Amino acid sequence: MSRKSDADVTAMSVESKRFRDPSLAKRVAQKIRETAASLGEVRICHVCGTHEWTITHFGLRSMLPENVEVVAGPGCPVCIVPASEIDEAVQLALKGVSITCFGDVLRVPGSHMSLLDAKAEGADVRVVYGVRDAVEIAKNEARKEFAFFAVGFETTSPSTAVELSSGSPGNLSFLVSHRLIPPAMKLLVEMEDLSLNGFIAPGHVSTVIGLKPYAAFPETYHMPVVVAGFEPLDVLFALHMVLKQLSERKPQLENEYVRAVRWEGNVKAQEMMKAVFDVEDGRWRGLGTIPSSRFKLRREYAEYDARLKYDLKVEGGVDLQPGCKCHLVVIGKVKPNECPLFMKACTPQKPVGACMVSSEGTCRIWAKTIKEK
Amino acid sequence: MLDYGLIEMCLAIPAKVVNVRQDVACVDFGGGVQREVNVSLVDVKVGDYVLVHAGYAIQVLDEEDALETLQLWSQILESQV
Repeated sequence: MSRKSDADVTAMSVESKRFRDPSLAKRVAQKIRETAASLGEVRICHVCGTHEWTITHFGLRSMLPENVEVVAGPGCPVCIVPASEIDEAVQLALKGVSITCFGDVLRVPGSHMSLLDAKAEGADVRVVYGVRDAVEIAKNEARKEFAFFAVGFETTSPSTAVELSSGSPGNLSFLVSHRLIPPAMKLLVEMEDLSLNGFIAPGHVSTVIGLKPYAAFPETYHMPVVVAGFEPLDVLFALHMVLKQLSERKPQLENEYVRAVRWEGNVKAQEMMKAVFDVEDGRWRGLGTIPSSRFKLRREYAEYDARLKYDLKVEGGVDLQPGCKCHLVVIGKVKPNECPLFMKACTPQKPVGACMVSSEGTCRIWAKTIKEK
Repeated sequence: MLDYGLIEMCLAIPAKVVNVRQDVACVDFGGGVQREVNVSLVDVKVGDYVLVHAGYAIQVLDEEDALETLQLWSQILESQV
């Protein structure tokens, strides 16, 4: 499914065009320059791979004044899965359990091998569009043991919760690696040497969690937060909203993406997640352990927990290959082209780091844009 | 057909609800692409627009709010810095 689909939806196409109107974009860019003129160096961080795609694909950085920098945070759900959890999936696959997973996860490096490497060695690893397909496959092949590798942020975890709470087949277990975005944003704010001045919060995660989880950023850290949609104008307007807050010295939580994000979020989805998952500390690739940032299955669902069912034991895990700067790319400290491996030893065809693997990864997005231009 | 290799994990795509049978709805992504999605996370009726992620509708889009966005933008452009 290409991103063009957004514009293809018949009745929405007129609206989409309006959300991509180049003349309006120029006017916002002018407004951004005017507002930023009174400010010093400003670093605004987003935490969503799709925002990075919009920014890179439409060349939005070139429309910004020199003192405004937009950096990509850890917004790629596949890039931040630690090697230890890839190792768990590989271990399961090599034990003879059939793995179903999202396509993006296939080539993410583990400590020694990826799921694709395991597949090449004869393991049964299958790509699915969503967890529903994983359920159907397990039902159709009732004699086989399956495990669904459940990665993704709050956009994806409700779907895992739906299938678990509606009774998954007994031959399907879950290797849950879901992560939560607000705790990662907190980690970024508290990194003193990162000196961020504002956040563009992820639109689709926010459709689920709503606005409330971001309230602490303006309140406690005096950090502007604007939830944004994914059209180029959404991002430009959100940047302007952050800059305006900074120029007025009134950090607050604002919602640019009102057509999809409500204050309370999707309450049904939240309740379903709460019924199925507990929150615990979780490791993020290259970032270390972030408090209360990962979902695990609640005790009631222990029979579906692949880690318990197959007694998985993985120690440590090698998150970074020598020379790889993914850990600095995911916090926006290093740009992809500042990594010595970028487009040399590490390419989309032969990725070394996780950021080059996933289509949401910052390095992969930059590599693709270079190729297109 | 949908290209499985290109599913971005934080992307959700708007689609129009064509029919609903309990927790499953047929939705139209435009350009003749229709697919069944799970709608147990939202309350929808035929004609609504939903955001679809990995086969699940995660939110209902509001047309009035879309207009509100455009109004918000006009306000910003007209405001004094």
